[in-house]
Amino acid sequence: MPMADTIAAKLKSGLNPSFIEVKDVSHHHAGHAGWREGGETHFHVTLTAAIFEGKSRLQRHRMVNELLAQELASSVHALELHLSA
Amino acid sequence: MLDDATKERIDADIASEDVVLYMKGTPVFPQCGFSAAVVGVLTHLGVPFRGINVLEDDSIREGIKAYSDWPTIPQLYVKREFVGGCDIIREMYETGELTEMFQTQGIDAKPS
Repeated sequence: MPMADTIAAKLKSGLNPSFIEVKDVSHHHAGHAGWREGGETHFHVTLTAAIFEGKSRLQRHRMVNELLAQELASSVHALELHLSA
Repeated sequence: MLDDATKERIDADIASEDVVLYMKGTPVFPQCGFSAAVVGVLTHLGVPFRGINVLEDDSIREGIKAYSDWPTIPQLYVKREFVGGCDIIREMYETGELTEMFQTQGIDAKPS
């Protein structure tokens, strides 16, 4: 499964978002630190979920980071998050 | 991994200045777009800060992630408190919250 789909699946089941978009933006970072041939290193996530209501930015990011801990520890080099309630 | 010696160094470093940024590269020559973005914001607000280049030291590079339980770099600390990474700083800058936070902490910052 492409990494973007893995990320989307984990966030969907963990946060039940009303909107989610996961973009593989690895090609924007070609040649930079952390990039490697074949991509799947840099992702851009826009996500809206009711579960974020009343949560601080740090708390929202931590919820996502926790769900993707495995991916962040291995192949995912950068994850840009735009999270709203 | 966060051993005692590394934790003590981080404790001392984040207390060394009001505003401390763990980043890749230096404030003058950032080596990552996300680090560069935060440097740009702080510079634009006229906030003095100390940059700590994690690329110079692997124990700090990995240690700082464990220290604040935050998987990525850059990381911004204000008065020893972890504020956030690039996305959070950018959002706070756009909404004006960042300037407000600095002013509340008694740190001079221009309006964004």
